[in-house]
Amino acid sequence: MARVEDQAGLAAAEADIAHVASRRLDLAFRGGAGAFSVLLLLLFWQGFAHSGRVTPFMLPSFTVVLEYIKNDAIGGDLWINLGLTLYRAMAGFFIAAAGGIVLGALMSRNKLVHWFFDPIISVGFPMPKIAFLPVIILWLGVYDVAKISIVVFDATFPVVTATLAGIAAVEKELLWSARNMGANEREMMWQVVLPAASPQILTGLQVALPIALIVEIIAEMVMGGYGLGGAMMGASRFANSPGVFAGIVEIAVVGFILIKAMAMIRRRLLVWHQETAERTSA
Amino acid sequence: MKALIRYSPLLLLALAWEALARFNIVDSLALPPLSRVAVAWVDLVRDGELITNGEASLYRAFAGLLLAVLFGGALGMAMARWRMLDIFANPLVELFYPLPKSALIPITVLWLGFGDGSKILLIFLACMIPVTIGAYNGARGSEQVLVWSARSMGASRLRMMWDVVMPSALPELLNGIRTALALAFILLVSSELIVSQQGFGYLIGYLGSTGAYEGMYAVVLTVAFLGFAADRLYQILMQWLLRWRE
Repeated sequence: MARVEDQAGLAAAEADIAHVASRRLDLAFRGGAGAFSVLLLLLFWQGFAHSGRVTPFMLPSFTVVLEYIKNDAIGGDLWINLGLTLYRAMAGFFIAAAGGIVLGALMSRNKLVHWFFDPIISVGFPMPKIAFLPVIILWLGVYDVAKISIVVFDATFPVVTATLAGIAAVEKELLWSARNMGANEREMMWQVVLPAASPQILTGLQVALPIALIVEIIAEMVMGGYGLGGAMMGASRFANSPGVFAGIVEIAVVGFILIKAMAMIRRRLLVWHQETAERTSA
Repeated sequence: MKALIRYSPLLLLALAWEALARFNIVDSLALPPLSRVAVAWVDLVRDGELITNGEASLYRAFAGLLLAVLFGGALGMAMARWRMLDIFANPLVELFYPLPKSALIPITVLWLGFGDGSKILLIFLACMIPVTIGAYNGARGSEQVLVWSARSMGASRLRMMWDVVMPSALPELLNGIRTALALAFILLVSSELIVSQQGFGYLIGYLGSTGAYEGMYAVVLTVAFLGFAADRLYQILMQWLLRWRE
């Protein structure tokens, strides 16, 4: 009897090892294929641009665009534009994150606050708030304050809803035992409720981050001035198509890095949570 | 009555707006009273400006979204079923997913100019990503047993896609389309604000630049309301489409 069990266990272990190995292979293969298909896309871009089917105005070749970015970087404009876009988008994002979490926590604690903000949030969330951009310009002008404000206005909503939902889903047993052990209100919030709700809050932040970037780029395009979006619009006005394509490559890289970084931060912060364990073992 | 209590804060906000502007607590040029905005809205509807520009905008949004749903849905489901396609298309989807979609605005203008075409292409390209991801995740979750039994009962690949994979992918696909719907409104209005000769965004920019702020507020609120209403209607449609699930 025992022998059969041993063998079963052994077989399972072997299957496990085989599974892990095949998964590693699969991942490596996928990584290689990923790099390959991105390379293929760039080659296709280059080839298509040179094929004569499109004018260089419609699609400048990838090398021309790279050259443009390089000159921009050497000239320094790239760093100014990049810095300003990042500064505004991140300032807006962090204000929205802090404000959204605080408002969500207050709403979950206080009936009056909840009553007042609940319809505003639930009606405001699905609205295209970018339509208010001209109103923001009317009130605040076209400089940093206005650009950051529209980002805050847009990015706060997902954070509030996620915080509310996260806090509402905290297990009652957790709250009861914390209270039993004599936690006061402040300790409850900081040491029990917010940590327990943090996976959902982080999801809200992960929704808010791309919104902040999208809105910041739009604000720069409409309001003008420095920044990656503004530079792209400027290039478009002067029919400078390498400039336009350089802009989209730069913005794509920024978006890619920020959003991957956010996902990494999530895994780091939620090491204790079963979601991370599932992801790494699955 | 319950709804009245629930939504009374919005009423309070509207009253506060009116009072702030009426008693000149804030500059009534920057914030015209809500009642004057309402009058301006009626005027804009009467002379047809809101309707013609609105039609242009809604046509663009709908056309772009429809193309995105058709292509994105098909691509996502195909990626989930055919491994080779998945291996090569997935990295590209992952590459374009984090792209702040508004960066596409100048490119589509470069390609197709200021008219309908550039807006439809913009909305199509941007909305395709969430739809594809929704369809892909949904179709990957469809139970292999169902797929096998359908195959063994002699369903063709296409038939199986339609009858088995699609229904089980539906909830996630519909969620992806909801994200796309919100994105479509954002990109529509902003691209029209930036470069256009027609549409809601154009009208907002035009009225703002001529100092007709009551009218500008009227159009802004109309767009905001339409975005909200579209989402609510879509949610109802979603529930109806998913009514077979318990």
